Amino acid sequence: MRFVLSDDQTALAAGMRALCAGRFALDRLRNSESKLRTFDPAEWAELGRAGAFAIRSSEEHGGLGLGMVESVVVFEELGRALVPGPLVAQALSAGIIDGAIDGTSVVGSVRRPPSGFPAVIPHLGALSSLVVVGEDGLSVVDPSSLDAKPAARALDPLTPIWVVEGELPVGEPLGGAGAAEGWSYGENLLSAALCVGIAAATLEMAVAYSKDREQFGRPVGSFQAIKHICADMLVRSELARVAVQAAAVVADDPETGDPIRSAAGATLLGIEAAVENSRKCIQVHGGVGFTWELPVHLYLMRARVLEAVCRAGGDLANTVAERV
Amino acid sequence: VDLRYSEAEEEFRAGLRAWLEDAVADLAPEPDPDDWPGRRIFDTGWQRRLYEAGYAGIDWPKSGGGRGATPAEQLIYIEELERAHAPYVGVNFVGLLHAGPTIAVEGTEQQRQRYLPGILKGDEVWCQGFSEPNAGSDLASLRTKAVRDGDEYVVTGQKIWTSFAEVADFCELLVRTGPEGSGHKGITWVVMRMDSPGIEIRPLRTIAGSTEFAELFLDEVRVPVSDRLGEENDGWRVTMTTLGFERGTAFVSELLQSIELLSQLRAVAERTGAWEDLEMRHRVGHLAAELDALWALVRRNVSMAGSGQVPGAGASVFKLSVSELRQRIGELGFDLISPAGLVWDEVVGPWSAPEGPRLSRGQRGLRTTELVNTWVNGFSRTIAAGTSQIQRNIIAERLLGMPKEPKRDEAERRR
Repeated sequence: MRFVLSDDQTALAAGMRALCAGRFALDRLRNSESKLRTFDPAEWAELGRAGAFAIRSSEEHGGLGLGMVESVVVFEELGRALVPGPLVAQALSAGIIDGAIDGTSVVGSVRRPPSGFPAVIPHLGALSSLVVVGEDGLSVVDPSSLDAKPAARALDPLTPIWVVEGELPVGEPLGGAGAAEGWSYGENLLSAALCVGIAAATLEMAVAYSKDREQFGRPVGSFQAIKHICADMLVRSELARVAVQAAAVVADDPETGDPIRSAAGATLLGIEAAVENSRKCIQVHGGVGFTWELPVHLYLMRARVLEAVCRAGGDLANTVAERV
Repeated sequence: VDLRYSEAEEEFRAGLRAWLEDAVADLAPEPDPDDWPGRRIFDTGWQRRLYEAGYAGIDWPKSGGGRGATPAEQLIYIEELERAHAPYVGVNFVGLLHAGPTIAVEGTEQQRQRYLPGILKGDEVWCQGFSEPNAGSDLASLRTKAVRDGDEYVVTGQKIWTSFAEVADFCELLVRTGPEGSGHKGITWVVMRMDSPGIEIRPLRTIAGSTEFAELFLDEVRVPVSDRLGEENDGWRVTMTTLGFERGTAFVSELLQSIELLSQLRAVAERTGAWEDLEMRHRVGHLAAELDALWALVRRNVSMAGSGQVPGAGASVFKLSVSELRQRIGELGFDLISPAGLVWDEVVGPWSAPEGPRLSRGQRGLRTTELVNTWVNGFSRTIAAGTSQIQRNIIAERLLGMPKEPKRDEAERRR
């Protein structure tokens, strides 16, 4: 038993972190005070060339031939850098939809809403294909065929949203119920990995600020009231990280555990860590944390987007409970 | 990353499992928790059997008479003992998990030969004299004084929260040898014989009604200088070795017990009908997800230890989480049997399952008495061995590098 990342896995993460720091640094994503750059096809293709979407595809199909563990390690970095775009759907459709593997096409996804409910679709305007995930299977829809209304203001400024109020078209079938289940499973784990990155990034921001900011003649980070908030943030992000990595090991080697239980549990903890840590990060920053100027709010809103995606996929806590 | 155990590790597990099956089957019934002499006989008898089978001091170095098992084997050992519902380490706790490992590392050859075999064989029982009424979380402010008189120390003071004092042969004792206010620089670690004149033991009653701890009143107790571990005034460093041991794998059995308890509680909820309630399921599901994450954390810590890295302050994350979680699971059990939890007596109801699996050795099904006890005792978990607040300080200061609290003298100057 050796539940620590190998040198190769650590190097893979470091490489992705370096790429993100160069291409997706937050100050580059925001080119004016109120306008944020949400998507750039050239940068998307660059992520594709770096292998971000090809991790689990076989080498003969142009992939890296690696596993879920490598995927979650890389996605943690993408989450940490708040890279915009339909990262999860793109990676899940690599090898299934043309151009997904190298980022030359852009693939998004949405869960088919219950009848009468609107479909809320991130990044629709940038997509070349939309995967619709239903109970009974997967299908592909041409994004331009939809009667979709762009939201004037999306909650996450880096995730533009389109709303379709009518029924989504049936589309071209892509797979049956098993494929849909597999999609949700992968969607949960990769989203949870993005969440771990958010949880870790907001922890680091809160700690850095608390060491720097002085009140009452001392750094506010020397007060236990702030320390204990940060300590709890670390606990949340550490537990979410080991849960996601363990679930990824089980995904690659299902005999070592219960894949459904571990993925649902890891997703539950991942989402919670991202949402709660980014909330607490705003609190630790005080007034400036509530300003548009600081990027703290971007993490919270992205966490909310990921939460909504995973929540739509099923009742995570109940899934775990049924397997206790 | 690999969650599979090696062939050698699986072999170790199989041998241990086979041995445990027979050993646990022919154990005498467990004594009453307040019957201290009975507990000593029972616990040390079990330790003797472990010793004879080659499983004593599993984590101790071979040079100290232990098995020198790898961290992964230590984890398997804990797993298998829990699985077999083998007796708890009990009165052997301080010797096996604190005093022994410390002596193995810091003791002279003579001290090691004198004390270590007695612990491993279950012949001698130890207790711990660290905390004082005014030195709890701030242990380094302890005031029990040791004055040198020839080749002896004369010790006077008071200790508290001393488990197993009634039946212990020795006490690992921290005393102040430096001047008053010398903090961690004036502390010395000594072995005190519990039959020395001048020791008074007063049992403390816990909120669960048990006599788990005692207070020690020390009035000019004589301790030979040769029973000092390490140098005079170097006891703080020596002690930190001990506390490091405590934060290693010591709480893993607690995690495994919590995992088992939660699955039993699901069965209880099904019997009472509470399982129909989605909120109850969410509560159970969330707790289970956290337990799974902690189990992953244990495997990571053990893997790190196995490759020579120190999980170090990261162990605080585990200690903090496992004790908080234990408390919440206790709360869940208490809620599930409401209002039967208002009495300590056993109350039969839909929750009872005479045919259910064993919760602990010799007891079938989940008894309401046990659930009340689990809830009440849960409060000690977030206090003992470093409160949750101290753990958060450690995480913030050592892992996150946040600025320390103002020092004592600085605070005094401000005043």
